[in-house]
Amino acid sequence: MDHDNTDKPAPATPGVSRRGFITSVGTGAIGVAAAASLVSAAPPETQADVVAAGGMSSVSLVVNGRRHTMLVEPRWSLLYVLRDRLGLTGTKIGCERGECGACTVLIDGKARYACMTLAVEADGRDITTIEGLMTGEELGTTQQAFADEDAFQCGYCTPGQVMAAESLLRVNPSPTLDEIRQGMAGNLCRCGAYAHIFKAVAKAADLKRQGR
Amino acid sequence: MKPEDLYFWDGPLPETQAPTSTPEPWTETKVVGKPVTRVDAYDRVSGSAIYPSDVILPDMLHAAILSCPHAHAMVKKVDTSAAAKTPGVRAILVDGQVGANVPWYGGRSGFASRLFDPHCRYEGDEVAVVAADTIYQAWDAVRAIKVEYDVLPRVTTVAEAMKPTAPAVRDGGNVPQAPPPYSRGDVDAAFKTADVVLEHTFTTPCELHNPMELFGCVVKWDGPRLTVWESTQGVYAVQSTVARALNLPLANVRVIGHYMGGGFGAKLDTGKYSIMAALLAKKTGRPVRLFVSREEACRSMGNRPANTITLKAAAKKDGTLVALQSRVVGSGGAYSEGGTGGVDFVIRELYACPNVKCENQSAYVNAGPQRAFRAPGHPQGAWALEGMMDALAAKLGMDPVDLRLKNIALVSQSRNGNPPYSTTGFADCLREGAKTFGWADARRKPQAPAHIKRGVGVAGGMWQGGSGGPPATVIVKLFADGSANLNMGAADIGCGTKTWGAQIVSEELGVPLDRISIEHADTGTTQFATPSGGSKTAPTESPAIHAAAFDVKQQLMGMAAEQLKLPAADLELRGGEVVSKTDPAKKVALGQIQAFGRRGLLVGIGYRGMNPAGKAVNPFAVHFAEVEVNTRTGEVKVVRFLAAHDSGRILNLKTFQNQVFGGITMGIGFGLTEDRVMDDKQLGKVLSANLHDYKLPTALDAPADKTVVVVDLHDTFSSTGAKGVGEPATIPTAPAIANAVCHAIGVRLTDAPMSRARVLRALAAQKPAPASQKRGE
Repeated sequence: MDHDNTDKPAPATPGVSRRGFITSVGTGAIGVAAAASLVSAAPPETQADVVAAGGMSSVSLVVNGRRHTMLVEPRWSLLYVLRDRLGLTGTKIGCERGECGACTVLIDGKARYACMTLAVEADGRDITTIEGLMTGEELGTTQQAFADEDAFQCGYCTPGQVMAAESLLRVNPSPTLDEIRQGMAGNLCRCGAYAHIFKAVAKAADLKRQGR
Repeated sequence: MKPEDLYFWDGPLPETQAPTSTPEPWTETKVVGKPVTRVDAYDRVSGSAIYPSDVILPDMLHAAILSCPHAHAMVKKVDTSAAAKTPGVRAILVDGQVGANVPWYGGRSGFASRLFDPHCRYEGDEVAVVAADTIYQAWDAVRAIKVEYDVLPRVTTVAEAMKPTAPAVRDGGNVPQAPPPYSRGDVDAAFKTADVVLEHTFTTPCELHNPMELFGCVVKWDGPRLTVWESTQGVYAVQSTVARALNLPLANVRVIGHYMGGGFGAKLDTGKYSIMAALLAKKTGRPVRLFVSREEACRSMGNRPANTITLKAAAKKDGTLVALQSRVVGSGGAYSEGGTGGVDFVIRELYACPNVKCENQSAYVNAGPQRAFRAPGHPQGAWALEGMMDALAAKLGMDPVDLRLKNIALVSQSRNGNPPYSTTGFADCLREGAKTFGWADARRKPQAPAHIKRGVGVAGGMWQGGSGGPPATVIVKLFADGSANLNMGAADIGCGTKTWGAQIVSEELGVPLDRISIEHADTGTTQFATPSGGSKTAPTESPAIHAAAFDVKQQLMGMAAEQLKLPAADLELRGGEVVSKTDPAKKVALGQIQAFGRRGLLVGIGYRGMNPAGKAVNPFAVHFAEVEVNTRTGEVKVVRFLAAHDSGRILNLKTFQNQVFGGITMGIGFGLTEDRVMDDKQLGKVLSANLHDYKLPTALDAPADKTVVVVDLHDTFSSTGAKGVGEPATIPTAPAIANAVCHAIGVRLTDAPMSRARVLRALAAQKPAPASQKRGE
């Protein structure tokens, strides 16, 4: 198989040449529609003090309305702290490099990748996870719409999808189909439930407009 | 009952006893088939579903693997002294240590090695593993391990690997014995006398499964007993592999897989990680979580082999196919022979054709091993065959749908004795799909003189499996209050297995879905089941569930008959009551059946019987695509899609439709975006080992305008008549898109994925299309 889309023969020299490296890598960058517009990996600006690597830093996270004051390593991601320190495993790990969206949470109401946000950056922020959309045991509106429209298969990306939808609807309560697709483009679903996800987001928008 | 072999199960399958009584197929249904909401929808949308990677146990350690950074190397020395001193480290395992020399078997290829084989045959072979208090500390320690490698010459392309001078990936050379060619009739004679002969070479990408949940497990020892929470398609497959590698009694290995975040075939296999986690947990006396990173998954956890398929086809002027000849080349990586598995099935089988010859050649290369990937080989075979059918139609001046209808096969031509299909809805899929899609009009629609060109294409497919069969054992319990429990070993990998299982119990026993609980995918508490894959879970398990519920019902009827003093045959279950069919006034509520009340519980057991002899059972599909091709950027946009499927009875319309849409989305990836890129010319490393460089289809790539047409011919090969759908849903997708692209721009792309660069290059090289390929003819 020739994977070189340039179709130019490269010399079979040992080791790495700059030219060879670029022609090889170039292929990967071509080929798919742009992702992520509303969901952004850009973190909120940090307010934490500079601490030594390996030291611990105190942070105060407001998660689903409850304040947690704790010591964290500066390198710990918000994703790690939510899952492994607070036990909130509804937020999922997919790639840990801001490419899949499985870890999407709301920070101050906006969709963020928790894997690309350090816990120290989230200090003092208001964080909402999938668990925070529930009212007691009752599903939130967006969650209910995802359940009704069968907007998932394996369900692993679903918490991230729901959070991205929630964020979109808070900014844009009546999105068009194109706006829904743009808004959900930062969240991969390998099972390919996108068509049902679009329906679920539209339904959630309807329900929310009806005040539910 | 001796079961048929399963391509993803090592060794013989256990036999189950023949069913004692088999229920009749339903004539009409109240619950089965209906688009009910999944029984576990709440768990999945609330975040309360605990996936294996979510399992947190007290005092649990976190593990990370050090893998070989070279495409081919021999480990000379591993120095863990610095790593052992990093904070939080509790255990390190490397080759040669006491307890680490565990045998490892390369699956069906028969390759025998050990857990940390110092001969690393691809970038990603495991060298060491670390357990630490936090995952960050585990990675710190992995980075602190110093390894001396003897870097060896490597080969990562099939063409290079087959040369006699190529570096040996394995002892005995890179070219395993090719299977004997498949042949029927006389292709050479047919090519000489045919009216039209065409030959094309097609290539397909190496696809990576990339399920959203990564590969791994959490393990815990209780004395001699091991519990494994694993993200798997088959808990029993994990149990047998772990027990074999660690020399444990099967009963002492409990594998639980209640939820799992996608597999697509990659989680039919068991990874070394489960063995490593168990060894680390044993050494430290603490539970261990070991999940690989996305990058490791891209390198090591399976792929769909890239194939080069040379296909020659011949037809008469009226469109009758007379000959097909294929040569398929591919590689299953460093350990698997399966570089070409399943590719020629559609070529041998989909169309009536008297003369067929298929040759396959696999080669070992220094790359990650293949694993079964949704319909192994079939999307590749369909890419070639269906591209060829489109080219033949153009050459013959025929409509592509008509050409396919001209060559419908009613018998399985490549199986012994040419058995007829139990049902084939292939022709119906073509006709009804074309009608609903508006094929004829869409095909004739004039092209706007803009740089965005529009086109429509069609492609067909079938799946070699999808019939299901033994073994399967299911238990249904009915409690005295009329609630029920369904107990089955099968995993619900996202296909709605639990939901349609409950629907069958509800149908048979009249129990509402919210009064049915389900136990599944747990070797400690459920019955043996083969892994969920190959579109066989519904056709295998659904008749067994039906039989188990039927068993309960028969017991119940016997008790009611005794109490009502009526023959059991006169009774039926209706709305929580047993009622006489002849005199509805004679009835008894479930709670009033005294024998049942005394017992408190009825247990029914259902076995999966054999499929009828002398019949071939296969699902069929036809896909229709409408695309827009931007001739300035080369971008192909799928704007509309229709999938017509014959999968027998549909058990849940909502989850069925969802699964078909998912197959289409995956096929869009195969056709347009997905490609494992290797640095073949320099280091032999995977350059697209992440989700930025390896392009999965996003919400912007999958069209919202998708339609499913259901063709149900009321197959009675089993009591439920359900054939599989998971694989057929993705088989014809990419060639349908390619054929639409050809219709749009008048040039045929034979290399998948149809990246923008390739589309632009094809446009640049475009010669005036022959008259027959022009629009409207």
